[in-house]
Amino acid sequence: MTKVSMRINGEQVNADVDGAQLLAYFLRDKLNLTGTHIGCDTSQCGACVVHLNGRAVKSCTMLAAQADGADITTIEGIQKNGELHPVQRAFQQHHALQCGFCTPGMIMAAVDIIENTNDLDEHSVREQLEGNICRCTGYQNIIAAILSAAKEMRG
Amino acid sequence: MSNTGIGARIERTEDKRFITGNGRYTDDINLPGQVYASFVRSPHAHAKVTGIDAKDALALKGVVKVFTGKDMEADGLGGLICGWTVTSKDGEPMKVGGHPSLAPERVRYVGDCVAVVIGESREAARLGAEAVAVSYEELDAVVEPAQAQNQNAPKVHEDIDKNLCFHWELGDKEATDAAFDKAAHVTHLDIVNNRLIPNAIEPRAALGDYNPGSGDYTLYTTSQNPHVERLVLSAFVGVAPEHKLRVISPDVGGGFGSKIFVYAEETVCLWAAGKIQRPVKWTAERSESFLSDAHGRDHVTRAELALDGDGRFLALRAHTVANLGAYLSTFSSSVPTYLYGTLLSGQYDIAAIHVEVEGVYTHTAPVDAYRGAGRPEATFVVERLVERAARETNKDPAELRKKNFVTKFPHQTPVILNYDTGDYNACIDRASEMIDYKSFDKRRKEAQAKGKLRGIGFSTYIEACGLAPSNAVGSLGAGVGLWESAEVRVNPTGNVEVLTGAHSHGQGHETSFAQLVSDRLTIPIEDITIVHGDTASVQFGMGTYGSRSAAVGMSAIDGALDKVITKAKRIAAHILEVQPDDIELADAAFRIKGTNKFIPWGELALNAYTAHKFSTSEIEPGLKETAFYDPTNFTFPAGCHICELEVDPQTGCVEIVDYVAVDDFGTIINPMIVEGQVHGGVLQGIGQALLENGVYDVETGQLVTGSYMDYTMPRAHDAPPLRLDFTNTPAPSNPLGVKGCGEAGAIAAPAAVLNALTSAIGHENISMPATPAKVWRAIQT
Repeated sequence: MTKVSMRINGEQVNADVDGAQLLAYFLRDKLNLTGTHIGCDTSQCGACVVHLNGRAVKSCTMLAAQADGADITTIEGIQKNGELHPVQRAFQQHHALQCGFCTPGMIMAAVDIIENTNDLDEHSVREQLEGNICRCTGYQNIIAAILSAAKEMRG
Repeated sequence: MSNTGIGARIERTEDKRFITGNGRYTDDINLPGQVYASFVRSPHAHAKVTGIDAKDALALKGVVKVFTGKDMEADGLGGLICGWTVTSKDGEPMKVGGHPSLAPERVRYVGDCVAVVIGESREAARLGAEAVAVSYEELDAVVEPAQAQNQNAPKVHEDIDKNLCFHWELGDKEATDAAFDKAAHVTHLDIVNNRLIPNAIEPRAALGDYNPGSGDYTLYTTSQNPHVERLVLSAFVGVAPEHKLRVISPDVGGGFGSKIFVYAEETVCLWAAGKIQRPVKWTAERSESFLSDAHGRDHVTRAELALDGDGRFLALRAHTVANLGAYLSTFSSSVPTYLYGTLLSGQYDIAAIHVEVEGVYTHTAPVDAYRGAGRPEATFVVERLVERAARETNKDPAELRKKNFVTKFPHQTPVILNYDTGDYNACIDRASEMIDYKSFDKRRKEAQAKGKLRGIGFSTYIEACGLAPSNAVGSLGAGVGLWESAEVRVNPTGNVEVLTGAHSHGQGHETSFAQLVSDRLTIPIEDITIVHGDTASVQFGMGTYGSRSAAVGMSAIDGALDKVITKAKRIAAHILEVQPDDIELADAAFRIKGTNKFIPWGELALNAYTAHKFSTSEIEPGLKETAFYDPTNFTFPAGCHICELEVDPQTGCVEIVDYVAVDDFGTIINPMIVEGQVHGGVLQGIGQALLENGVYDVETGQLVTGSYMDYTMPRAHDAPPLRLDFTNTPAPSNPLGVKGCGEAGAIAAPAAVLNALTSAIGHENISMPATPAKVWRAIQT
């Protein structure tokens, strides 16, 4: 067991973790943050994307122990004062989700894309979503939602 | 139309929980004392199991128990079943190979379950599974459907000759052959409809629970049809009697058909929970999904279309070998037969059709319904044939189609179906206009100038949806009826719960079903809850697949609403001292027509339960009604998709530059949801056409495409922007006029893309998926 200490969604978390435990399982099993999903074994689908120190990472790709000292945000932590994040709102408005399983990872990836890309257009959003698979939507409305949220977030 | 009623483009009520991480999927559910299952799977495509030694596994810390097929046999459990009996042309019923959940003696595909290890943790179970020593005597395997019947092909089931499950036919062979004899032109087509792996992003999962005090079992699982799951597990497998088994399908992360079926893993988890009296959980790893989810398609077909000198279609004939995999899955026999052969008339008036299908076993994962299920295969045959015939006879592909469209309804095809309504010209005309078909040559020349090959392809598809009239499917071999049930419960405070046998796993039923209820009861949509996915709440239902939930499921709700309104009017009439016919329901009030005397909806509901103001000897207290709805016909969604693409001859890369879809789904409940269904379906069809392929190694029977590293899932940059429009000829067979929209995209798109691609490269010799390597090679020939 390894002792870890991290901030998750603004709260301090101290825990003993199995050295082999992946961050995704730590979030789901230990902290009951089941919004982070696991859709593949090969870091391909992106359902498990969370923010680690402000950048999107696949939480199935790193050990919980590696996140020691980190500041983590999951899908459960992006609302501010009970208000939906603009990306969450845009996903609903644009019908950018169907079954909802890829959605948390998509939203977390989208927030990162918007915050860290200067000139966003349809092409660049599509390219940057390479790491997230959706089987339901054909991506069309996801792209529309991200572009719309980007516009709103940049005023 | 009210602002939340039928036709309203409103946001989905279920979205809030999904976008905030509050969805509740099977793997999110944990029970006290829960243990984990890990399956020992065959690494061989075909082998005898000569021994299973679990002692090393049992010695590991945290391993609780190991079960094998012999343990299940000893408990008298039955195998998994196929619910549709297909009869061969010689009158013999299909040959069914036994399908034990855990294979006791012989494994028949890579991934076949041999044993299960139960562990205190996921890791303990997994390590235990790796420590189980299974001895195999490896045998030769056959994975290609075209080779399954060869003289020396290894048998999948020892008692089934030539691996032939059925040799089925439909249509009039004599009339068809006679029509071919007098044809002015015959177009031939040899095609492979590539094997697909469904890949819902939520992996399958199960959590079995048993209460030794009451003898009650509960199964949480990723099912599209929890009641059918319960029926099969009770009546056929025999895990628990139906009244002692509750099946819950909570939020389910996509299905596309693959979660219709009753699989080995959930069966084992449920049974094992009873054996060890602790909850048993299993969640598939993606590699297990690839190996063991039922796959789709996998046809080899030779087809011909006969035309007269004027370009009229005289007859069509097809011969298909359909890969069924190692075992028959829950509905697999129906897919390459009644969901395929019946659609070979397409949108066309063809006097004679004959189709033969040989369903064969191979040493591969079972093949069953995947989005479209038989209808994409039929559309691909028909639309590739028609496009090719146009090219061979130098006719415009749109004009040749229009010349042969069915224009008078009802239209009886030679292959069972009776098309009740449609306007195929309206769809092709609108789609041609949207894509500016008449200027295509100009665009092709512009592409040429920049070194690109540009092509355009049509797909005018039809599907039979709204599955299905119970009598009709019963006469064709179905073991179930395909009606749907609904119960509308008006609570004393006036809000409403609607229980449906349909199951939403992305389709947005909680919104669109509520729109119907809001429309009919004239109450706010916020006051309506849709309940589904729990056999303890909903009495029975057939689930969601075959684009049936609007046409059948909502029609059942509509029937229950009729009864609720009728009874509420009787109560209102009593209270207002008039006749029920004098009462109208509008703006959430029961009003005496032509007056301003009324009872608000909520007050009426309360009165129904207090029962103070009417005679309970005349009217029962309460306000709750049930309806079972059985459709009178299939529905026939149809449309025209046109794909325009460019090929880079240097690289073989294909770019879809425009894609338009004009679909006739009848009445549309929520256009936003319907558009989303088309988007997703079309990309799955484009995936089949250009990217996806389930490949088994011919020698070893290993699944070569067993991960997202190998199986090309369409990503955001593979998806072209789609332009959609709709026409509407309301379906006459249900009260709402809806036809269903869930599968159209996957049905139409492959033919549209391949027709465009062959138009671009100038010949027909290319198969799906048309990867850049294949396209590049095709250009060189």
